[in-house]
Amino acid sequence: MIPEICDWLSSTRVSQVIQDISWIIPTVQSLHILSVAVVMSSMAMLDLRLMGLTARRQSVSVMAARLLPRMWIALIVLTITGATLVIAEPARDLPNPAFQLKMAMLVAAIVLTAIVRRNIKKDEGFWEARPGTARLAAAASLLLWVGIVVAGRWSAYL
Amino acid sequence: MLMLVREICLRLQETSFATAIRESRWLFPTIETLHVLATGLVVGTIAMLDLRLLNLASRDRSVREVSQEVLPWTWGSFACAAITGVLLFSSDAVKYYGNLQFRAKMVLLALGGLNTLIFELGTFRGVAAWDRGRTPLAAKFAGGVSLIFWIGVVTLGRWIGFTTTLQ
Repeated sequence: MIPEICDWLSSTRVSQVIQDISWIIPTVQSLHILSVAVVMSSMAMLDLRLMGLTARRQSVSVMAARLLPRMWIALIVLTITGATLVIAEPARDLPNPAFQLKMAMLVAAIVLTAIVRRNIKKDEGFWEARPGTARLAAAASLLLWVGIVVAGRWSAYL
Repeated sequence: MLMLVREICLRLQETSFATAIRESRWLFPTIETLHVLATGLVVGTIAMLDLRLLNLASRDRSVREVSQEVLPWTWGSFACAAITGVLLFSSDAVKYYGNLQFRAKMVLLALGGLNTLIFELGTFRGVAAWDRGRTPLAAKFAGGVSLIFWIGVVTLGRWIGFTTTLQ
């Protein structure tokens, strides 16, 4: 099924146009990387705060309120640029196990971040009151986001 | 002078560690991934400071607050990016040295570093005076230039990949 989808996608007008105009893919990739930078630094700072390793003067809820909105925006840009890249060269990504792993981890990371956020909304001091669980959530988050970047890079090599 | 640099590059890529990176299937991708992760942290964190200087983000916090929170990350991850970058470069030094995008990237890095230095030694020195008030033009300029340079560095870095490996 995947090969058929790839064939169909790469034959569409949109895909052809993106492939033909030489500067689109490098530009979209650079935008993708820059958005990764935003997500990574936001999550790194928030996760280390959840673990109690940094910036303890600032509460988790204040930090999250600052960092998460820009992270969601970056995620939207990542989705748009990512979709563009997949449409342009579907055969490089869709059948690629590294890419599939990346997508699975992305879903998990988004769900986890949403849970973190929702608990803060229910109770501002939620994570400060549960340091053990906070450390677990932060560690899982860090591993997932790093894993996503690693899988993203390795999908270029496989 | 140019021949000397090329000679150094040649010697560098012939060292045992450079050769190991070049010939291993997984060493280069691993170091490159670390380089990307470190660079991501550099760019993401410096962008926070730059956007604050431009008065576009974190306006409720002082410049000093933002820079104190952000700069340790920036410097730490820059060190990682620099070390991994040197390792990557060494694996095929002559080729990278001759690569236009690589040279441009190094120029931008140097200019960006210079911009940061000028800002820290100059405008930032008097930050207490303007921190809670209007950001001086020099500070906005430094923030804007820094952002442009780092976006350029990332773009050129990606471009190096395009021009040195088979896609």
